[in-house]
Amino acid sequence: MAYRDEQLNEEKVFKDPVHRYVHVRDKVIWDLIGTPEFQRLRRIKQLGTSFFTFHGAEHSRFNHSLGVYEIIRRIVENFRGHADWNDEERLLCLSAALLHDLGHGPFSHSFEKVFNLDHEDYTRDIILGDTAVNRILQRVGDDFPQKVADVIGKTYANKLVISLISSQIDADRMDYLQRDAYFTGVSYGHFDMERILRVMRPLDDQVVIKASGMHAVEDYIMSRYQMYWQVYFHPVTRSSEVILSKILHRAMHLYKGDYQFTLEPHHFVSFFDENPSLEDYLKLDESVVMYYFQIWKDEKDPILSDLCNRFVNRHLFKYIEFNPNHQFGQWMELHKLFTEAGIDPDYYLEVDSSSDLPYDFYRPGEDEERLPIHLMMQNGDLKELSRQSEIVEAISGKKRTDHKLYYAADFIEGLSDDSEIKKRILEILEG
Amino acid sequence: MLNEHAKLISFFSHCKEVVGRKRLQKMIYILKKCNFPFSERYQFHFYGPYSEELTLRVEELTNLGFLSESKEKKSGYYQYRYGLTDEGKKFLNHYDFQLDNIDGIIEKMNGESSRFLELVSTMMYFEGMTKEDVEEKVLTVKSKQNYTQDELEKAWDFIGQVKRAN
Repeated sequence: MAYRDEQLNEEKVFKDPVHRYVHVRDKVIWDLIGTPEFQRLRRIKQLGTSFFTFHGAEHSRFNHSLGVYEIIRRIVENFRGHADWNDEERLLCLSAALLHDLGHGPFSHSFEKVFNLDHEDYTRDIILGDTAVNRILQRVGDDFPQKVADVIGKTYANKLVISLISSQIDADRMDYLQRDAYFTGVSYGHFDMERILRVMRPLDDQVVIKASGMHAVEDYIMSRYQMYWQVYFHPVTRSSEVILSKILHRAMHLYKGDYQFTLEPHHFVSFFDENPSLEDYLKLDESVVMYYFQIWKDEKDPILSDLCNRFVNRHLFKYIEFNPNHQFGQWMELHKLFTEAGIDPDYYLEVDSSSDLPYDFYRPGEDEERLPIHLMMQNGDLKELSRQSEIVEAISGKKRTDHKLYYAADFIEGLSDDSEIKKRILEILEG
Repeated sequence: MLNEHAKLISFFSHCKEVVGRKRLQKMIYILKKCNFPFSERYQFHFYGPYSEELTLRVEELTNLGFLSESKEKKSGYYQYRYGLTDEGKKFLNHYDFQLDNIDGIIEKMNGESSRFLELVSTMMYFEGMTKEDVEEKVLTVKSKQNYTQDELEKAWDFIGQVKRAN
């Protein structure tokens, strides 16, 4: 029997708090799960630094990847027999679902920004490079690794396959919304996924939703909206992300200035030099990063040491609402006052915007901007969701941006009460 | 503060107005591929390279009053028109960076349709492949657009010109 068709003698199941069970029968999928590259995802948190805000949010990209795989497994099961579905694509869908986040690095968002990396590039490199994952995919077929990379990169010829894993209503979002809600403990993020899966239909090159399922989709869009504001954009999490970025910037700055670290930062050197190899990338997970932060707490450099103490011990920056247009003058003044007070504004004063975060809202879009969610009406016509749903239309038109000013409040408190600088800083910050 | 936003405002100060979100997406992508210092991250979507970061950043600039946005109804869809406001011009005065050589490229892009910019940006997305592979890939992922060989040749010329221009 060809490797691609090989089944395990007995179905394997993973207990899962969101989907109850994740079922694996394909030998290829089982082998992929066992690779070092996939196991590494156990050491990358799904929600980065959100655990500082929601203490339960310690779940990993490993959990999430299995969850996306399980949702896709159910969808393709439902699609079997539909005219627009080719069951030959089944294993490709399952593999791409499982591996879609393979290239995420430690605290991926901040890390990528500081070192100008893109996890999607690494996902492709792991799938196509000299890795255990690649060797397994090669056994399925010479062109199979490329096909999996193309599906994840959204450049595969069959767009229906892509849209299952990456569209405005896809398995990725359906898993992370529910999983993140479960682990953060918030009461948003829940929707009737079983119902959505039942009303999903393959049609030509996209997935559409039967009009009768509109209310379940409304619930999904509402969950997404609430989760963005309540979890993903949470200002405390953003504070920890700001500090994390500052640590990485400071360490890189010191390295480039020939600073002698107490412990040579071997794992970071190629990142500081902006030429990490795939091997370097795979070695750096969150456990390693946290180890360095622990060591750097005791570095001689006071800024690196202080920032690492803040991160490790959750001593975060305070924040206020900030309007960069109306308060630009105050920003300039604060910058000057911080410098005069001996508090380096490059590390202890920051404006953070919602666009600095990687999450997106549902967008009906304009013509050919981004594929929206389509409802299939009884007569077979397709209608964009927000044209049919007042709830979705209302959310789609809402303001979805904000800016916050983060600062080291304890340093300001530490200034002498007689100091004019302190008084003026507090005047600005406290309005 | 808002350095990346300021670069976008600077772009608008050079091109005055952009009609269509898709057009805006493709213009910034092409400029990025010509080594202009835009940091917005792009992924491939149904209609070519697309940046959610850019979408959100433009929304922020509009909410802050730095860009004007008007929505026009077209047959079956909406189209958005963006321009720089006086507030935006004032904000830009706080920043000291130049987008040298950008005017000629913007002028060239303004002379082309969104469909063509979509083709160009898609071809640039597959940069690194051989010419034949890029064309094959573009015709596969854009099969519905029915691009002709003439359009592909014109796009290669266009890419060569804009790359040389910076």
